[in-house]
Amino acid sequence: MTGMEATPDVPGTPLLELRDVGKTFGSVVALDGISTSVRAGEVTCVLGDNGAGKSTLIKILAGVHRPDRGELLLDGEPATFGAPRDALDAGIATVYQDLAMIPLMAIWRNFFLGSEPTTGWGPFRRFDRTLARETTRRELAAMGIDIRDPDQPVGTLSGGERQSVAIARAVHRGARVLILDEPTSALGVKQAGVVLRYIARARDRGLGVVFITHNPHHAHPVGDRFLLLNRGRSMGSYAKGEVTREELTRLMAGGGELDQLTHELERPG
Amino acid sequence: MFRSARGVANWLDPSSTLGIMAVAVALLMIGGHFDLSAGVMTGTTALAVGIVAGEFGQNIWLAIGVALVVALAVGFLNGWLVTRTGLPSFIITLGTFLMLQGINLGLTKLFTGTVTAGGIAHAPGYDVAEAVFASRITIGGAQIRIAVVWWVLATVLASYVLLRTRFGNWIFATGGDDVAARNVGVPARRTTIVLFLTTATAAWFVGTTLAVRFTNVQANAGIGQELIYIVAAVIGGCLLTGGFGSAVGASLGALIFGMTQLGIVYLNWEADWFYFFLGAMLLLAVLANRLVRRYAEAARR
Repeated sequence: MTGMEATPDVPGTPLLELRDVGKTFGSVVALDGISTSVRAGEVTCVLGDNGAGKSTLIKILAGVHRPDRGELLLDGEPATFGAPRDALDAGIATVYQDLAMIPLMAIWRNFFLGSEPTTGWGPFRRFDRTLARETTRRELAAMGIDIRDPDQPVGTLSGGERQSVAIARAVHRGARVLILDEPTSALGVKQAGVVLRYIARARDRGLGVVFITHNPHHAHPVGDRFLLLNRGRSMGSYAKGEVTREELTRLMAGGGELDQLTHELERPG
Repeated sequence: MFRSARGVANWLDPSSTLGIMAVAVALLMIGGHFDLSAGVMTGTTALAVGIVAGEFGQNIWLAIGVALVVALAVGFLNGWLVTRTGLPSFIITLGTFLMLQGINLGLTKLFTGTVTAGGIAHAPGYDVAEAVFASRITIGGAQIRIAVVWWVLATVLASYVLLRTRFGNWIFATGGDDVAARNVGVPARRTTIVLFLTTATAAWFVGTTLAVRFTNVQANAGIGQELIYIVAAVIGGCLLTGGFGSAVGASLGALIFGMTQLGIVYLNWEADWFYFFLGAMLLLAVLANRLVRRYAEAARR
Protein backbone atom coordinates (compact mmCIF):
# COMPACT_ATOMS: atom_id res chain seq x y z
CA MET A 1 0.00 0.00 0.00
CA THR A 2 1.32 3.37 -0.95
CA GLY A 3 -0.17 5.43 1.79
CA MET A 4 0.58 3.57 5.01
CA GLU A 5 2.96 6.19 6.37
CA ALA A 6 0.41 8.93 5.88
CA THR A 7 -2.29 7.09 7.82
CA PRO A 8 -2.46 7.89 11.51
CA ASP A 9 -1.36 4.47 12.69
CA VAL A 10 -4.34 2.92 14.41
CA PRO A 11 -3.21 0.55 17.12
CA GLY A 12 -4.14 -3.07 16.62
CA THR A 13 -4.81 -5.10 13.54
CA PRO A 14 -7.37 -4.33 10.86
CA LEU A 15 -10.79 -5.90 11.43
CA LEU A 16 -10.77 -7.24 7.93
CA GLU A 17 -7.96 -7.42 5.43
CA LEU A 18 -7.50 -8.72 1.92
CA ARG A 19 -4.03 -9.71 0.72
CA ASP A 20 -3.38 -10.16 -2.97
CA VAL A 21 -6.85 -11.58 -3.55
CA GLY A 22 -7.96 -12.84 -6.96
CA LYS A 23 -11.09 -14.44 -8.34
CA THR A 24 -11.70 -15.99 -11.74
CA PHE A 25 -15.03 -17.04 -13.26
CA GLY A 26 -14.35 -19.43 -16.13
CA SER A 27 -11.94 -17.50 -18.31
CA VAL A 28 -12.92 -14.10 -16.92
CA VAL A 29 -10.57 -12.61 -14.35
CA ALA A 30 -12.97 -10.73 -12.08
CA LEU A 31 -10.36 -9.65 -9.53
CA ASP A 32 -6.59 -9.87 -9.45
CA GLY A 33 -4.02 -8.87 -6.84
CA ILE A 34 -6.32 -6.82 -4.63
CA SER A 35 -5.16 -5.76 -1.19
CA THR A 36 -7.04 -3.54 1.22
CA SER A 37 -8.08 -3.36 4.84
CA VAL A 38 -10.65 -1.81 7.10
CA ARG A 39 -10.08 -0.78 10.71
CA ALA A 40 -12.46 0.02 13.51
CA GLY A 41 -13.72 3.59 13.29
CA GLU A 42 -12.56 3.99 9.70
CA VAL A 43 -14.23 4.15 6.31
CA THR A 44 -12.56 2.35 3.44
CA CYS A 45 -13.94 3.43 0.10
CA VAL A 46 -13.84 1.13 -2.88
CA LEU A 47 -14.21 3.14 -6.06
CA GLY A 48 -14.69 1.83 -9.53
CA ASP A 49 -16.76 2.12 -12.65
CA ASN A 50 -19.22 -0.52 -13.83
CA GLY A 51 -17.49 -3.86 -14.31
CA ALA A 52 -14.53 -2.87 -12.17
CA GLY A 53 -15.01 -5.84 -9.86
CA LYS A 54 -16.74 -4.07 -6.99
CA SER A 55 -19.53 -6.65 -6.75
CA THR A 56 -17.07 -9.53 -6.74
CA LEU A 57 -15.12 -7.81 -3.98
CA ILE A 58 -18.26 -7.39 -1.88
CA LYS A 59 -19.25 -10.98 -2.40
CA ILE A 60 -15.82 -12.17 -1.23
CA LEU A 61 -16.04 -10.00 1.89
CA ALA A 62 -19.62 -11.13 2.55
CA GLY A 63 -18.82 -14.83 2.21
CA VAL A 64 -20.81 -15.39 -0.99
CA HIS A 65 -17.68 -16.20 -3.03
CA ARG A 66 -14.38 -17.66 -1.89
CA PRO A 67 -11.26 -16.08 -3.37
CA ASP A 68 -9.24 -18.30 -5.74
CA ARG A 69 -5.99 -16.62 -4.82
CA GLY A 70 -4.72 -14.63 -1.88
CA GLU A 71 -5.86 -14.40 1.70
CA LEU A 72 -8.69 -12.96 3.73
CA LEU A 73 -7.74 -12.02 7.26
CA LEU A 74 -10.18 -11.49 10.08
CA ASP A 75 -8.60 -9.72 13.09
CA GLY A 76 -5.23 -10.62 11.61
CA GLU A 77 -6.03 -14.34 11.38
CA PRO A 78 -6.55 -16.08 8.02
CA ALA A 79 -10.24 -16.91 7.65
CA THR A 80 -12.51 -18.62 5.15
CA PHE A 81 -16.20 -17.89 4.84
CA GLY A 82 -18.09 -20.90 3.51
CA ALA A 83 -21.41 -19.06 3.42
CA PRO A 84 -22.84 -15.58 4.07
CA ARG A 85 -23.89 -16.86 7.48
CA ASP A 86 -20.20 -17.30 8.47
CA ALA A 87 -19.42 -13.70 7.57
CA LEU A 88 -22.50 -12.54 9.50
CA ASP A 89 -21.43 -14.55 12.53
CA ALA A 90 -18.03 -12.88 12.33
CA GLY A 91 -19.75 -9.50 12.57
CA ILE A 92 -19.53 -8.59 8.91
CA ALA A 93 -22.83 -7.20 7.71
CA THR A 94 -23.51 -6.37 4.10
CA VAL A 95 -26.16 -3.92 3.01
CA TYR A 96 -26.84 -4.80 -0.62
CA GLN A 97 -28.34 -2.47 -3.16
CA ASP A 98 -31.66 -4.28 -2.92
CA LEU A 99 -31.31 -3.70 0.87
CA ALA A 100 -32.75 -7.10 1.74
CA MET A 101 -35.98 -5.46 2.84
CA ILE A 102 -39.42 -6.80 2.11
CA PRO A 103 -41.57 -3.88 0.88
CA LEU A 104 -44.91 -5.30 2.04
CA MET A 105 -43.70 -5.96 5.59
CA ALA A 106 -43.73 -3.48 8.48
CA ILE A 107 -40.51 -1.67 9.36
CA TRP A 108 -40.17 -3.45 12.70
CA ARG A 109 -40.69 -6.86 11.06
CA ASN A 110 -37.99 -6.03 8.53
CA PHE A 111 -35.72 -4.66 11.21
CA PHE A 112 -35.57 -8.02 12.96
CA LEU A 113 -35.91 -10.23 9.91
CA GLY A 114 -33.81 -13.35 10.36
CA SER A 115 -32.91 -12.56 13.98
CA GLU A 116 -36.27 -12.12 15.66
CA PRO A 117 -36.21 -11.78 19.45
CA THR A 118 -38.36 -14.36 21.16
CA THR A 119 -40.13 -14.61 24.46
CA GLY A 120 -41.85 -17.48 26.21
CA TRP A 121 -40.89 -21.07 26.58
CA GLY A 122 -41.05 -24.30 24.58
CA PRO A 123 -43.98 -24.44 22.18
CA PHE A 124 -45.10 -21.02 23.42
CA ARG A 125 -41.89 -19.36 22.29
CA ARG A 126 -43.01 -16.45 20.19
CA PHE A 127 -41.80 -13.37 18.38
CA ASP A 128 -41.43 -10.64 21.01
CA ARG A 129 -43.36 -8.01 19.11
CA THR A 130 -43.40 -5.37 21.84
CA LEU A 131 -39.64 -5.57 22.20
CA ALA A 132 -39.18 -5.54 18.43
CA ARG A 133 -41.34 -2.43 17.97
CA GLU A 134 -39.73 -0.58 20.85
CA THR A 135 -36.18 -1.47 19.82
CA THR A 136 -36.82 -0.47 16.21
CA ARG A 137 -38.11 2.92 17.26
CA ARG A 138 -35.20 3.45 19.66
CA GLU A 139 -32.46 2.30 17.28
CA LEU A 140 -33.76 4.40 14.43
CA ALA A 141 -33.94 7.40 16.72
CA ALA A 142 -30.36 6.76 17.88
CA MET A 143 -29.22 6.93 14.26
CA GLY A 144 -31.20 10.14 13.89
CA ILE A 145 -33.83 8.54 11.67
CA ASP A 146 -37.26 9.93 12.22
CA ILE A 147 -39.87 7.32 11.42
CA ARG A 148 -43.50 8.24 11.88
CA ASP A 149 -44.76 4.75 12.57
CA PRO A 150 -42.75 1.49 12.76
CA ASP A 151 -45.89 -0.35 11.63
CA GLN A 152 -45.87 1.19 8.18
CA PRO A 153 -44.67 -1.06 5.35
CA VAL A 154 -41.11 -0.50 4.18
CA GLY A 155 -42.51 -0.03 0.67
CA THR A 156 -43.90 3.35 1.73
CA LEU A 157 -40.48 4.77 2.73
CA SER A 158 -38.32 6.89 0.45
CA GLY A 159 -35.07 5.49 -0.97
CA GLY A 160 -32.88 7.31 1.53
CA GLU A 161 -35.07 6.30 4.48
CA ARG A 162 -34.92 2.67 3.37
CA GLN A 163 -31.15 2.80 3.05
CA SER A 164 -30.90 4.36 6.50
CA VAL A 165 -33.14 1.73 8.07
CA ALA A 166 -30.98 -0.99 6.48
CA ILE A 167 -27.82 0.60 7.91
CA ALA A 168 -29.39 1.01 11.35
CA ARG A 169 -30.44 -2.63 11.21
CA ALA A 170 -26.91 -3.82 10.44
CA VAL A 171 -25.50 -1.65 13.23
CA HIS A 172 -28.05 -2.97 15.68
CA ARG A 173 -27.19 -6.55 14.82
CA GLY A 174 -23.73 -6.09 16.26
CA ALA A 175 -21.91 -5.60 13.01
CA ARG A 176 -18.23 -4.73 13.45
CA VAL A 177 -17.71 -4.30 9.75
CA LEU A 178 -20.40 -2.73 7.61
CA ILE A 179 -20.21 -3.28 3.86
CA LEU A 180 -22.34 -0.83 1.91
CA ASP A 181 -22.97 -1.60 -1.74
CA GLU A 182 -23.56 1.66 -3.64
CA PRO A 183 -25.79 3.09 -0.90
CA THR A 184 -25.99 6.51 -2.53
CA SER A 185 -26.16 5.62 -6.20
CA ALA A 186 -29.92 5.77 -6.69
CA LEU A 187 -30.42 8.84 -4.51
CA GLY A 188 -30.76 12.55 -5.11
CA VAL A 189 -28.22 14.98 -3.65
CA LYS A 190 -30.14 15.65 -0.44
CA GLN A 191 -30.97 12.00 0.28
CA ALA A 192 -27.38 10.98 -0.48
CA GLY A 193 -26.20 13.51 2.08
CA VAL A 194 -28.49 11.96 4.67
CA VAL A 195 -27.04 8.51 4.00
CA LEU A 196 -23.44 9.82 4.16
CA ARG A 197 -24.27 11.26 7.57
CA TYR A 198 -25.37 7.79 8.75
CA ILE A 199 -22.13 6.32 7.41
CA ALA A 200 -20.20 8.85 9.48
CA ARG A 201 -22.35 8.05 12.50
CA ALA A 202 -21.70 4.32 12.13
CA ARG A 203 -17.98 5.08 11.88
CA ASP A 204 -18.13 7.20 15.03
CA ARG A 205 -19.76 4.28 16.84
CA GLY A 206 -16.54 2.36 16.16
CA LEU A 207 -17.53 0.29 13.17
CA GLY A 208 -15.30 -0.39 10.22
CA VAL A 209 -17.14 0.65 7.08
CA VAL A 210 -16.46 -0.55 3.54
CA PHE A 211 -18.20 1.96 1.30
CA ILE A 212 -18.54 0.88 -2.31
CA THR A 213 -19.37 3.60 -4.77
CA HIS A 214 -18.64 5.00 -8.18
CA ASN A 215 -19.05 8.57 -6.99
CA PRO A 216 -15.81 10.25 -5.77
CA HIS A 217 -17.85 13.20 -4.49
CA HIS A 218 -19.57 10.89 -2.05
CA ALA A 219 -16.44 8.92 -1.17
CA HIS A 220 -14.02 11.75 -0.56
CA PRO A 221 -15.69 13.51 2.39
CA VAL A 222 -16.18 10.32 4.50
CA GLY A 223 -13.32 8.06 3.36
CA ASP A 224 -10.19 7.34 5.40
CA ARG A 225 -8.64 5.25 2.66
CA PHE A 226 -9.49 4.73 -0.97
CA LEU A 227 -9.05 1.71 -3.18
CA LEU A 228 -9.53 2.29 -6.88
CA LEU A 229 -10.54 -0.61 -9.06
CA ASN A 230 -10.51 -0.93 -12.80
CA ARG A 231 -11.31 -4.14 -14.65
CA GLY A 232 -10.56 -6.24 -11.60
CA ARG A 233 -7.19 -4.67 -10.85
CA SER A 234 -6.13 -2.08 -8.31
CA MET A 235 -5.33 1.32 -9.76
CA GLY A 236 -3.96 2.55 -6.50
CA SER A 237 -4.67 2.73 -2.83
CA TYR A 238 -4.56 6.03 -0.99
CA ALA A 239 -5.01 7.33 2.50
CA LYS A 240 -7.03 10.41 3.33
CA GLY A 241 -5.02 13.54 2.61
CA GLU A 242 -2.94 11.83 -0.03
CA VAL A 243 -5.43 12.42 -2.74
CA THR A 244 -7.77 15.26 -3.60
CA ARG A 245 -11.30 14.90 -4.84
CA GLU A 246 -10.22 16.05 -8.28
CA GLU A 247 -7.50 13.43 -8.44
CA LEU A 248 -9.97 10.75 -7.37
CA THR A 249 -12.36 11.81 -10.08
CA ARG A 250 -9.59 11.77 -12.64
CA LEU A 251 -8.36 8.34 -11.56
CA MET A 252 -11.87 6.97 -11.52
CA ALA A 253 -12.43 7.97 -15.09
CA GLY A 254 -9.22 6.27 -16.09
CA GLY A 255 -6.85 9.23 -15.75
CA GLY A 256 -5.91 10.40 -19.20
CA GLU A 257 -9.21 9.17 -20.62
CA LEU A 258 -11.10 11.99 -18.90
CA ASP A 259 -8.68 14.62 -20.18
CA GLN A 260 -9.12 13.18 -23.62
CA LEU A 261 -12.90 13.25 -23.23
CA THR A 262 -12.90 16.83 -21.92
CA HIS A 263 -10.81 17.81 -24.86
CA GLU A 264 -13.15 16.08 -27.29
CA LEU A 265 -16.23 17.65 -25.79
CA GLU A 266 -14.92 21.20 -25.89
CA ARG A 267 -16.52 23.47 -28.41
CA PRO A 268 -14.36 23.94 -31.39
CA GLY A 269 -12.87 27.40 -31.69
CA MET B 1 -83.84 -22.27 7.24
CA PHE B 2 -80.49 -20.94 6.11
CA ARG B 3 -80.01 -19.03 9.35
CA SER B 4 -81.45 -21.70 11.65
CA ALA B 5 -79.05 -23.71 13.79
CA ARG B 6 -79.44 -26.70 11.52
CA GLY B 7 -78.97 -24.57 8.43
CA VAL B 8 -75.76 -23.15 9.85
CA ALA B 9 -74.54 -26.66 10.63
CA ASN B 10 -75.30 -27.59 7.03
CA TRP B 11 -73.22 -24.92 5.40
CA LEU B 12 -70.46 -25.12 7.97
CA ASP B 13 -69.90 -28.74 6.97
CA PRO B 14 -68.51 -28.22 3.45
CA SER B 15 -66.74 -25.08 4.70
CA SER B 16 -64.85 -26.99 7.39
CA THR B 17 -62.81 -29.48 5.38
CA LEU B 18 -62.27 -26.89 2.68
CA GLY B 19 -61.30 -24.36 5.35
CA ILE B 20 -58.62 -26.58 6.87
CA MET B 21 -57.05 -26.93 3.43
CA ALA B 22 -57.52 -23.27 2.53
CA VAL B 23 -55.69 -22.18 5.68
CA ALA B 24 -52.69 -24.40 4.89
CA VAL B 25 -52.74 -23.35 1.23
CA ALA B 26 -52.92 -19.70 2.32
CA LEU B 27 -49.76 -20.10 4.41
CA LEU B 28 -48.02 -21.62 1.40
CA MET B 29 -49.27 -18.84 -0.87
CA ILE B 30 -48.07 -16.17 1.55
CA GLY B 31 -44.76 -18.04 1.40
CA GLY B 32 -44.81 -17.53 -2.36
CA HIS B 33 -45.86 -20.94 -3.68
CA PHE B 34 -48.75 -23.02 -4.97
CA ASP B 35 -49.54 -26.63 -4.30
CA LEU B 36 -51.66 -28.11 -7.08
CA SER B 37 -51.18 -31.58 -5.62
CA ALA B 38 -53.02 -30.63 -2.40
CA GLY B 39 -56.45 -31.69 -3.72
CA VAL B 40 -55.50 -35.08 -5.08
CA MET B 41 -53.43 -35.66 -1.94
CA THR B 42 -56.61 -35.70 0.15
CA GLY B 43 -57.66 -38.56 -2.15
CA THR B 44 -54.29 -40.31 -1.87
CA THR B 45 -54.34 -40.24 1.93
CA ALA B 46 -58.01 -41.30 2.09
CA LEU B 47 -57.24 -44.20 -0.26
CA ALA B 48 -54.20 -45.16 1.79
CA VAL B 49 -56.43 -45.35 4.86
CA GLY B 50 -59.02 -47.31 2.87
CA ILE B 51 -56.56 -49.83 1.46
CA VAL B 52 -54.56 -50.46 4.63
CA ALA B 53 -57.55 -50.50 7.01
CA GLY B 54 -60.30 -51.75 4.68
CA GLU B 55 -58.58 -54.14 2.29
CA PHE B 56 -55.78 -55.37 4.51
CA GLY B 57 -57.89 -55.25 7.68
CA GLN B 58 -55.15 -53.56 9.69
CA ASN B 59 -55.76 -51.31 12.68
CA ILE B 60 -57.10 -47.99 11.44
CA TRP B 61 -54.48 -46.00 13.36
CA LEU B 62 -51.77 -47.89 11.50
CA ALA B 63 -53.54 -46.98 8.26
CA ILE B 64 -53.75 -43.33 9.32
CA GLY B 65 -50.04 -43.44 10.18
CA VAL B 66 -49.19 -44.89 6.75
CA ALA B 67 -51.26 -42.14 5.11
CA LEU B 68 -49.34 -39.49 7.08
CA VAL B 69 -46.00 -40.91 5.99
CA VAL B 70 -47.16 -40.92 2.35
CA ALA B 71 -48.41 -37.33 2.59
CA LEU B 72 -45.23 -36.06 4.24
CA ALA B 73 -43.11 -37.85 1.63
CA VAL B 74 -45.01 -36.17 -1.22
CA GLY B 75 -44.94 -32.81 0.56
CA PHE B 76 -41.22 -33.09 1.12
CA LEU B 77 -40.66 -34.07 -2.51
CA ASN B 78 -42.62 -31.00 -3.63
CA GLY B 79 -40.70 -28.67 -1.33
CA TRP B 80 -37.34 -30.21 -2.06
CA LEU B 81 -37.81 -30.04 -5.83
CA VAL B 82 -39.05 -26.45 -5.67
CA THR B 83 -36.17 -25.24 -3.50
CA ARG B 84 -33.48 -27.25 -5.34
CA THR B 85 -34.48 -26.45 -8.91
CA GLY B 86 -35.90 -22.96 -8.47
CA LEU B 87 -38.62 -23.92 -10.96
CA PRO B 88 -42.12 -22.50 -10.41
CA SER B 89 -43.99 -24.55 -7.82
CA PHE B 90 -46.96 -24.39 -10.17
CA ILE B 91 -45.22 -26.73 -12.64
CA ILE B 92 -43.59 -29.00 -10.08
CA THR B 93 -46.79 -29.60 -8.14
CA LEU B 94 -48.71 -30.00 -11.40
CA GLY B 95 -46.32 -32.88 -12.07
CA THR B 96 -46.87 -34.48 -8.67
CA PHE B 97 -50.62 -33.83 -9.03
CA LEU B 98 -50.78 -35.85 -12.27
CA MET B 99 -48.51 -38.57 -10.90
CA LEU B 100 -50.64 -38.94 -7.77
CA GLN B 101 -53.79 -39.06 -9.89
CA GLY B 102 -52.28 -42.01 -11.77
CA ILE B 103 -51.03 -43.68 -8.60
CA ASN B 104 -54.44 -43.31 -6.93
CA LEU B 105 -56.19 -45.14 -9.76
CA GLY B 106 -53.43 -47.66 -10.44
CA LEU B 107 -52.81 -48.75 -6.88
CA THR B 108 -56.49 -48.80 -5.93
CA LYS B 109 -57.25 -51.12 -8.85
CA LEU B 110 -54.20 -53.22 -8.04
CA PHE B 111 -55.16 -53.75 -4.41
CA THR B 112 -58.95 -53.83 -4.55
CA GLY B 113 -59.70 -54.82 -8.16
CA THR B 114 -62.20 -51.94 -8.30
CA VAL B 115 -62.00 -48.13 -8.24
CA THR B 116 -63.05 -47.81 -4.62
CA ALA B 117 -61.43 -48.71 -1.33
CA GLY B 118 -63.99 -49.48 1.35
CA GLY B 119 -64.81 -51.43 4.46
CA ILE B 120 -63.05 -48.93 6.66
CA ALA B 121 -65.78 -49.17 9.31
CA HIS B 122 -64.84 -52.76 10.05
CA ALA B 123 -61.21 -52.01 10.82
CA PRO B 124 -60.03 -52.35 14.42
CA GLY B 125 -59.92 -49.03 16.23
CA TYR B 126 -62.60 -47.42 14.05
CA ASP B 127 -64.69 -46.19 16.97
CA VAL B 128 -61.98 -43.98 18.38
CA ALA B 129 -61.00 -42.75 14.92
CA GLU B 130 -64.64 -41.88 14.24
CA ALA B 131 -64.82 -39.91 17.47
CA VAL B 132 -61.72 -37.93 16.54
CA PHE B 133 -62.38 -37.33 12.84
CA ALA B 134 -66.08 -37.75 12.12
CA SER B 135 -68.19 -37.33 15.24
CA ARG B 136 -70.80 -34.65 15.77
CA ILE B 137 -71.24 -32.38 18.71
CA THR B 138 -74.43 -30.65 19.66
CA ILE B 139 -74.33 -26.88 19.93
CA GLY B 140 -77.55 -24.90 20.29
CA GLY B 141 -79.70 -27.81 19.20
CA ALA B 142 -77.76 -28.38 15.98
CA GLN B 143 -75.39 -31.19 15.28
CA ILE B 144 -72.07 -29.75 14.26
CA ARG B 145 -69.40 -31.89 12.64
CA ILE B 146 -66.22 -32.08 14.68
CA ALA B 147 -64.33 -31.04 11.56
CA VAL B 148 -65.71 -27.54 12.22
CA VAL B 149 -63.90 -27.52 15.56
CA TRP B 150 -60.66 -28.67 13.90
CA TRP B 151 -61.11 -25.96 11.28
CA VAL B 152 -61.44 -23.24 13.92
CA LEU B 153 -58.38 -24.60 15.73
CA ALA B 154 -56.40 -24.73 12.47
CA THR B 155 -57.30 -21.10 11.75
CA VAL B 156 -56.31 -19.95 15.23
CA LEU B 157 -53.06 -21.90 15.12
CA ALA B 158 -52.15 -20.65 11.64
CA SER B 159 -52.89 -17.03 12.59
CA TYR B 160 -50.78 -17.39 15.70
CA VAL B 161 -47.88 -18.82 13.72
CA LEU B 162 -48.15 -16.16 11.03
CA LEU B 163 -48.41 -13.11 13.27
CA ARG B 164 -46.75 -14.08 16.53
CA THR B 165 -43.80 -16.34 15.76
CA ARG B 166 -40.43 -16.05 14.06
CA PHE B 167 -41.52 -18.64 11.55
CA GLY B 168 -44.44 -16.42 10.57
CA ASN B 169 -42.06 -13.56 9.88
CA TRP B 170 -40.02 -15.94 7.71
CA ILE B 171 -43.13 -16.98 5.76
CA PHE B 172 -43.95 -13.37 4.84
CA ALA B 173 -40.32 -12.66 4.01
CA THR B 174 -39.80 -15.77 1.89
CA GLY B 175 -42.92 -14.96 -0.09
CA GLY B 176 -42.08 -11.27 -0.35
CA ASP B 177 -38.53 -11.71 -1.63
CA ASP B 178 -36.70 -14.95 -0.98
CA VAL B 179 -33.27 -13.69 -2.07
CA ALA B 180 -33.48 -10.70 0.24
CA ALA B 181 -34.75 -12.94 3.04
CA ARG B 182 -31.83 -15.32 2.61
CA ASN B 183 -29.37 -12.42 2.61
CA VAL B 184 -30.41 -11.44 6.13
CA GLY B 185 -30.25 -14.98 7.42
CA VAL B 186 -33.80 -16.30 6.96
CA PRO B 187 -33.68 -20.02 6.21
CA ALA B 188 -35.89 -19.56 3.14
CA ARG B 189 -35.41 -23.11 1.82
CA ARG B 190 -36.36 -24.69 5.10
CA THR B 191 -39.36 -22.37 5.40
CA THR B 192 -40.59 -23.40 1.94
CA ILE B 193 -40.18 -27.11 2.65
CA VAL B 194 -42.00 -26.80 5.98
CA LEU B 195 -44.87 -25.00 4.19
CA PHE B 196 -45.19 -27.83 1.66
CA LEU B 197 -45.15 -30.29 4.57
CA THR B 198 -47.95 -28.22 6.12
CA THR B 199 -50.24 -28.48 3.08
CA ALA B 200 -49.44 -32.20 2.94
CA THR B 201 -50.33 -32.59 6.61
CA ALA B 202 -53.58 -30.71 6.09
CA ALA B 203 -54.35 -32.94 3.10
CA TRP B 204 -53.68 -35.98 5.28
CA PHE B 205 -56.01 -34.66 7.97
CA VAL B 206 -58.81 -33.91 5.53
CA GLY B 207 -58.25 -37.17 3.62
CA THR B 208 -58.48 -39.13 6.85
CA THR B 209 -61.61 -37.23 7.86
CA LEU B 210 -63.27 -38.11 4.56
CA ALA B 211 -62.18 -41.76 4.73
CA VAL B 212 -63.47 -42.18 8.28
CA ARG B 213 -66.68 -40.27 7.59
CA PHE B 214 -67.72 -42.04 4.38
CA THR B 215 -65.94 -45.36 5.12
CA ASN B 216 -65.31 -45.94 1.44
CA VAL B 217 -63.28 -43.84 -0.95
CA GLN B 218 -63.42 -43.34 -4.72
CA ALA B 219 -60.11 -43.46 -6.57
CA ASN B 220 -60.77 -40.04 -8.09
CA ALA B 221 -61.44 -38.32 -4.75
CA GLY B 222 -60.07 -34.82 -4.24
CA ILE B 223 -59.26 -34.10 -7.88
CA GLY B 224 -60.15 -30.52 -8.81
CA GLN B 225 -60.30 -29.38 -5.19
CA GLU B 226 -56.82 -27.82 -5.35
CA LEU B 227 -58.16 -24.85 -7.32
CA ILE B 228 -61.02 -24.35 -4.85
CA TYR B 229 -58.46 -24.06 -2.03
CA ILE B 230 -56.58 -21.41 -3.97
CA VAL B 231 -59.85 -19.58 -4.76
CA ALA B 232 -60.78 -19.55 -1.07
CA ALA B 233 -57.34 -18.20 -0.12
CA VAL B 234 -57.53 -15.48 -2.79
CA ILE B 235 -61.08 -14.47 -1.85
CA GLY B 236 -59.65 -14.17 1.67
CA GLY B 237 -57.04 -11.67 0.51
CA CYS B 238 -53.93 -13.72 -0.34
CA LEU B 239 -51.80 -12.21 -3.08
CA LEU B 240 -50.98 -14.54 -5.96
CA THR B 241 -47.46 -13.14 -5.94
CA GLY B 242 -46.89 -14.10 -2.30
CA GLY B 243 -45.87 -12.10 0.74
CA PHE B 244 -49.32 -10.99 1.77
CA GLY B 245 -52.46 -12.62 3.15
CA SER B 246 -54.02 -14.08 6.26
CA ALA B 247 -55.29 -17.35 7.66
CA VAL B 248 -58.53 -15.76 8.88
CA GLY B 249 -59.14 -14.45 5.37
CA ALA B 250 -58.71 -17.91 3.87
CA SER B 251 -61.19 -19.26 6.41
CA LEU B 252 -63.68 -16.56 5.48
CA GLY B 253 -63.14 -17.53 1.85
CA ALA B 254 -63.99 -21.11 2.73
CA LEU B 255 -67.04 -19.93 4.69
CA ILE B 256 -68.29 -17.91 1.72
CA PHE B 257 -67.79 -20.96 -0.45
CA GLY B 258 -69.91 -23.14 1.85
CA MET B 259 -72.61 -20.48 2.23
CA THR B 260 -72.87 -20.03 -1.53
CA GLN B 261 -72.94 -23.75 -2.22
CA LEU B 262 -75.76 -24.35 0.24
CA GLY B 263 -77.39 -20.95 -0.26
CA ILE B 264 -78.12 -21.75 -3.87
CA VAL B 265 -79.90 -24.90 -2.78
CA TYR B 266 -81.93 -23.05 -0.13
CA LEU B 267 -82.94 -20.46 -2.70
CA ASN B 268 -84.10 -23.24 -4.99
CA TRP B 269 -81.82 -22.06 -7.72
CA GLU B 270 -80.17 -24.44 -10.12
CA ALA B 271 -77.02 -25.75 -8.41
CA ASP B 272 -75.36 -25.68 -11.83
CA TRP B 273 -74.80 -21.95 -11.39
CA PHE B 274 -72.59 -22.45 -8.39
CA TYR B 275 -69.32 -22.27 -10.29
CA PHE B 276 -70.43 -19.13 -12.05
CA PHE B 277 -70.85 -17.40 -8.70
CA LEU B 278 -67.58 -18.77 -7.45
CA GLY B 279 -65.73 -17.39 -10.46
CA ALA B 280 -67.45 -14.02 -10.19
CA MET B 281 -66.54 -13.81 -6.51
CA LEU B 282 -62.95 -14.64 -7.30
CA LEU B 283 -62.74 -11.83 -9.85
CA LEU B 284 -64.40 -9.36 -7.50
CA ALA B 285 -62.06 -10.35 -4.69
CA VAL B 286 -58.95 -9.87 -6.80
CA LEU B 287 -60.11 -6.48 -8.05
CA ALA B 288 -61.14 -5.28 -4.59
CA ASN B 289 -57.84 -6.44 -3.19
CA ARG B 290 -55.93 -4.44 -5.76
CA LEU B 291 -57.90 -1.29 -5.13
CA VAL B 292 -57.63 -1.49 -1.36
CA ARG B 293 -53.90 -2.08 -1.49
CA ARG B 294 -53.32 0.79 -3.87
CA TYR B 295 -55.38 3.08 -1.70
CA ALA B 296 -53.53 2.01 1.44
CA GLU B 297 -50.12 2.55 -0.09
CA ALA B 298 -50.99 5.88 -1.61
CA ALA B 299 -52.49 7.21 1.62
CA ARG B 300 -49.28 6.56 3.56
CA ARG B 301 -47.03 8.66 1.39
